[in-house]
Amino acid sequence: MRRLRSIGAFWYDFVVGDDWRVAVVVVAALALTAVLVHAAGVNAWWLLPVCVFAALGWSLRRATRS
Amino acid sequence: MTALPLILTVFVACAVEAVEALTIVLAAGLTREWRSTFQGMAAALVVLAAIVAVLGPTITLLPLTALRLVVGALLAIFGLQWLRKAILRATGYKSLHDEAGAYLREVAAASSCKGVLLEGLEVVFIVITFGASQHNVGAAVIGAAAAVLVVAVTGIVVRAPLARVPENALKFAVGVMLTSFGIFWGAEGAGVSWPGHDAALLVLVPVVALVSLGYTVLLRRPRAARPASAPASEEVTSS
Repeated sequence: MRRLRSIGAFWYDFVVGDDWRVAVVVVAALALTAVLVHAAGVNAWWLLPVCVFAALGWSLRRATRS
Repeated sequence: MTALPLILTVFVACAVEAVEALTIVLAAGLTREWRSTFQGMAAALVVLAAIVAVLGPTITLLPLTALRLVVGALLAIFGLQWLRKAILRATGYKSLHDEAGAYLREVAAASSCKGVLLEGLEVVFIVITFGASQHNVGAAVIGAAAAVLVVAVTGIVVRAPLARVPENALKFAVGVMLTSFGIFWGAEGAGVSWPGHDAALLVLVPVVALVSLGYTVLLRRPRAARPASAPASEEVTSS
């Protein structure tokens, strides 16, 4: 059980890293992009870059807030 | 003579894919560890060879879009982690050496494996689709092999000069590259058609770099104004 937990912790750290919110924003932005492209017919190539820059800024702000 | 246009077309198309794979391999090797990077690359080539051997021409039925989506999402998340840490280090909010060797090796192997596998599959797709449509798979193979060889030799040549760049600057550059490729592939996987297709990367990479540099400048200002005895949270909690 402890071994399983340590493997899980490694993969969480490996994939998600220091700030899980960044991973959530990236996944949510990709999902929203797919919905816009396939359901609304909008070629939303701009959405992911905007969300990524916002997530980076938000994460840096949280990390540097004393 | 009729095979020459086909060889040149496949050469250019495959060179683009090979450069994308080379960027990831160089990024992982220069900032993390070469041995693990080569292990990841070798694993990807073995998997690629096995896929080609088992599937043959039916490889074009593989869900490449889904693969792009997953690899793109992972690379974007990895890249943002690297960028975030590089910016925090550049602005003094995090110590310069704060990662365990085992972690560095895992990241190098995984990044190079994903990049080489995805781009390798795209090269195989190009060879089969172009070669089959012109009824000359042999010529397409020659074009692809020449492209991969030229790009690989270029990578070996530029490796040494790149190794002299300061460590955190390289990590910053790697974060920019991984994030850019992650955004590009992830959005493509989600169904987006990029303006200019692969050439969009030539705009995306500088934009990601400029935004990241902008954040670095913004964070340096309050840092410079603050007394030296007031550390921020990540300096005391970094792993």
